[in-house]
Amino acid sequence: MSVTVSIPTPLRPYTAGRDTVELAGDNVRQVLDGLVARHTGLKRHLMQDDGRLRNFVNLYLNETDIRHLASTATPVRSGDVLTIVPSIAGGSPATAEAQAALSHAEMLRYSRHLLLPEVGVTGQRKLKAARVLVVGAGGLGSPVSLYLAAAGVGTVGIVDFDVVDLTNLQRQIVHGTSMLGRLKLDSAEDRLTDLNPNVTVERHETRLTSQNALEVISQYDIVVDGTDNFPTRYLVNDACVLLGKPNVYGSIFRFEGQASLFHAKQGPCYRCLYSEPPPPGLVPSCAEGGVLGVLPGIIGSIQALETIKWIIGAGNPLLGRLVLFDALKLRFRELELRKDPTCPICGTNPTIRELIDYEAFCGIGLEPAYAGPEISAEELRQEMSEKGADLALIDVREPHEWEIVHIEGARLIPLNQLPERLSELDGHAEIVTHCHHGARSMKALEILRGAGFGKVRSLAGGIDAWAERVELGMARY
Amino acid sequence: MTLRLSNGLVEEIRREGERAYPAECCGVLAGRAAPVKEVSRLLPVMNRRTDDPHRYLISPDDLRAIEAQLRRSGQEVLGCYHSHPDHPAAPSAFDTEQAWPWYSYIIVRVDHGHAAELTSWVLEDDRSKMRLESIDVLSEV
Repeated sequence: MSVTVSIPTPLRPYTAGRDTVELAGDNVRQVLDGLVARHTGLKRHLMQDDGRLRNFVNLYLNETDIRHLASTATPVRSGDVLTIVPSIAGGSPATAEAQAALSHAEMLRYSRHLLLPEVGVTGQRKLKAARVLVVGAGGLGSPVSLYLAAAGVGTVGIVDFDVVDLTNLQRQIVHGTSMLGRLKLDSAEDRLTDLNPNVTVERHETRLTSQNALEVISQYDIVVDGTDNFPTRYLVNDACVLLGKPNVYGSIFRFEGQASLFHAKQGPCYRCLYSEPPPPGLVPSCAEGGVLGVLPGIIGSIQALETIKWIIGAGNPLLGRLVLFDALKLRFRELELRKDPTCPICGTNPTIRELIDYEAFCGIGLEPAYAGPEISAEELRQEMSEKGADLALIDVREPHEWEIVHIEGARLIPLNQLPERLSELDGHAEIVTHCHHGARSMKALEILRGAGFGKVRSLAGGIDAWAERVELGMARY
Repeated sequence: MTLRLSNGLVEEIRREGERAYPAECCGVLAGRAAPVKEVSRLLPVMNRRTDDPHRYLISPDDLRAIEAQLRRSGQEVLGCYHSHPDHPAAPSAFDTEQAWPWYSYIIVRVDHGHAAELTSWVLEDDRSKMRLESIDVLSEV
């Protein structure tokens, strides 16, 4: 009662040169187990660590490939011949993953990753082969790019055209004081390649636009959205949907942040969550409203985490879920997101089939903002010294901004209190309003003009222009 | 271990790599295994992988047919050859993963359409890597 196993030439060194081996068994699996038990050196060449046959090992029972029978469960009878037939495969290292072999130095660098079975050598090579685009090297882009580079993502593309400013460094930790005034791209490239010289940083010194977004994004596997404005956020979303790329979303404001993984092929996109942008001016930017510096560290780290999980295929991705984070309460909440069948770009009948004008879509530049008369910082100084108490300077910023710095002789009436406090103002006096940069002051002007105040002007460029050109020793923020 | 073959066969592999460029060529090395592995003929094989120009596959059916044909002349399959278009003549991670023991794997680098270095490799017993095998090139008179 035995089956003859025919051994191909390359395996004969492990069967003492014999070209056939007689074995007993009821099915192919039992015969194979008997074979590797008798000739132990064969096992690693025939089977993977999990016991399954290697993909280049083919078995023919008499004349039939067992894949056409019941695979290794195929029953065998006495007198059957089981032939091991090689298929021979290989190829040049032109596919990215095959190229991504790890050097000894890389093995050591990623040792703590390799110890995790969920990452391991396979996952680490996937990271090395991966191409990730980070849009914006700012608050979110800093932790994202730092952690992606540290984790060994082979290629990190960065889109940014800005220079490093002193107000960035409270949160944009990829940059440093020595880099002030230099391109954020230069600064980030220096820091990332110092952190991990194995990483290739690809520079895109441009504003992402409807004209270039598809070309830039198409070069990458996954996109991390670190933008700070609505037009670019919708642009990144739409381009990712059109190209079928996953988009790791994050946004921050003051003490709150949110994150999700949008991938229209498998779940909702940003437009399923927010089909329309908020009216312009309603949601202040971080430059207007402030942001706690560590907040982008938390949200950006979640984005880096989701990117890495996506690349190595570990765990549950943040698909179809929106994480909301409240820093002051230290609370995470999670909302379930559904794909919107009426979504204009990823729904069943999409109306958006190419990139559009996102500035116009977000209402920017459509409705001209109120433009009242202005006064320059230099003229204001001149008039203040000439007119003294006849000129009222009203600071419409918030009290905590007043505390940072204010102009001597000014009076604080925050913009949101102005309508109720109009009676405090002399209707016949000359009034100059000011804020930080000029936007809120122009709204104050609109309120005052509407209430009948005739002689009102706004300080062009706000207290920042005053500090820059008139009172040079004054603090700026 | 040493692989013996004539400079005519070396030239044939190089020319085939150039003809296939930018795709890869592949084929079987046939000859006698003892006393040393000596290649006496090349059998170009249809690449069964059509999805990726950087991969080759010699199917088990093709190999069985070749073996049956060789058996009549007392020869056997000694390994295979393939080209690496614009890549070094060293085994890729995929080459190593897919390799059989004992077989000789000849790789020829083809740079911008011109054949460059040609090397031969054999899988280590523990499958950890492929080691370079010396090639004994016989001059044909």
